[in-house]
Amino acid sequence: MIKKLAKAAVFLAFLGGLVFWWVTRLQHLDPVALTAAPVGDSVKGEIVFWQAGCASCHAVPKSEGEERLKLAGGLVLKSPFGDFHAPNISMDQKDGIGSWDFATFANAMQRGVSPDGEHYYPAFPYASYARMTLADVSDLYAFMKTLPAVAGVQPDHDLPFPFNIRRSLGGWKFLFFKPDPVVEIAGGSDQVKRGQYLVEGPGHCGECHTPRNLIGGPKLGQWLAGATNPEGKGIVPNITGGEGGVGKWSEGELASLLKDGITPDFDSVGGSMTAVIANWSHVSDQDRAAVAAYLKAIPEHPNGYPVQAKVQ
Amino acid sequence: MKMHIASLVLASAVFGSAPAWADPIADRIALMKENGKIAFGGLGPVVKGEAPFDAAAVNALLAALNVSVMKLDVPAMFPAGSDTGETTASPKIWEDMAGFTAAADKLKADVAAAVAANPQDLDALKVQFGVISKNCGACHETYRIKKG
Repeated sequence: MIKKLAKAAVFLAFLGGLVFWWVTRLQHLDPVALTAAPVGDSVKGEIVFWQAGCASCHAVPKSEGEERLKLAGGLVLKSPFGDFHAPNISMDQKDGIGSWDFATFANAMQRGVSPDGEHYYPAFPYASYARMTLADVSDLYAFMKTLPAVAGVQPDHDLPFPFNIRRSLGGWKFLFFKPDPVVEIAGGSDQVKRGQYLVEGPGHCGECHTPRNLIGGPKLGQWLAGATNPEGKGIVPNITGGEGGVGKWSEGELASLLKDGITPDFDSVGGSMTAVIANWSHVSDQDRAAVAAYLKAIPEHPNGYPVQAKVQ
Repeated sequence: MKMHIASLVLASAVFGSAPAWADPIADRIALMKENGKIAFGGLGPVVKGEAPFDAAAVNALLAALNVSVMKLDVPAMFPAGSDTGETTASPKIWEDMAGFTAAADKLKADVAAAVAANPQDLDALKVQFGVISKNCGACHETYRIKKG
């Protein structure tokens, strides 16, 4: 009997291992689709670059103007799971991504897999970038090819066990990697649809503005409802029309904020939103208006962060 | 009635010169709101082309902004211990008081320079406004947090 039980235990452990192996495996983009992707246009790619906010984390912190195109990394992104160090994604052949072909780049951006066959941490917002068109990714690739090479390697992420086991990120992806559109907007105009693409895809607004569960999965039922600040004290605001959110703002005021960072009550936004404004000031008026139209069209939620955050 | 006004004047004379009794959090919030109102409520629409450029009005606003930012007294408004309560000031202010003070001084210098420049057309205002408004975001990026 005990022998039988032991055999069953071994079998179950083996089965469990198989399931773990299967669940946490790497999943790549369809190679046929990748070959069929249009050759990128670097001029359009620059706009995608600003929409996607690459410079927010990968430019040298506090750099301005042209310096924001030097993607040597260095920003430390604090999180409840540990400290992430944004890597060098400049065109340096050795320290950056200068040697990457398009397939490698697209698989990193849209499936969170590295050229060495490892999972990336979702601090790199590939779960949002997965919603981008391959054409936009191709344009972005073409633009990034025009950027300077900067030497220098950033330190490894500083994460405690068990978050330092990359293989387990396959489990995170299994649970939370959902490249489908987040919200359904019945009868949404073309403008709203464009805004949906920008917010849910390249803009990756939900990465900070949507609350997360204990293992870092976004609570999609509270999409853009605001969250506790993952980087420390305070909150990230609710940008839905619900209580505590931006319901009283006009579309024009929302679009204007994305250009100059000024709120309707004449405040100037701060924190990591400062870098977002620096990016989005390069984006077209139409696209900023589309984001505003989408934010006005999505389901309204009350604040996605606990009230205690207020008196901390 | 006269008595009343006299006591008010006396009170404001006493309390106005005695920051120990003041509420630094309320004071700095009021000051920041005033700065924002003049810069983004007053000058902002002119810069964006939503309001006409009038050199006299613009320079009066710059002068008012100068008066307001000069009131930004970092030691009095951000004393140790005023990092808790209904404030969105980041703890980084007290971790890096030298950096924060330098940022406040830069704002004052940039506004004073704009007043001295005395802009007479929209393009000249845009240059000064760009320099001034950069201070707001740059300082908030590091030294302010958001609360619900």
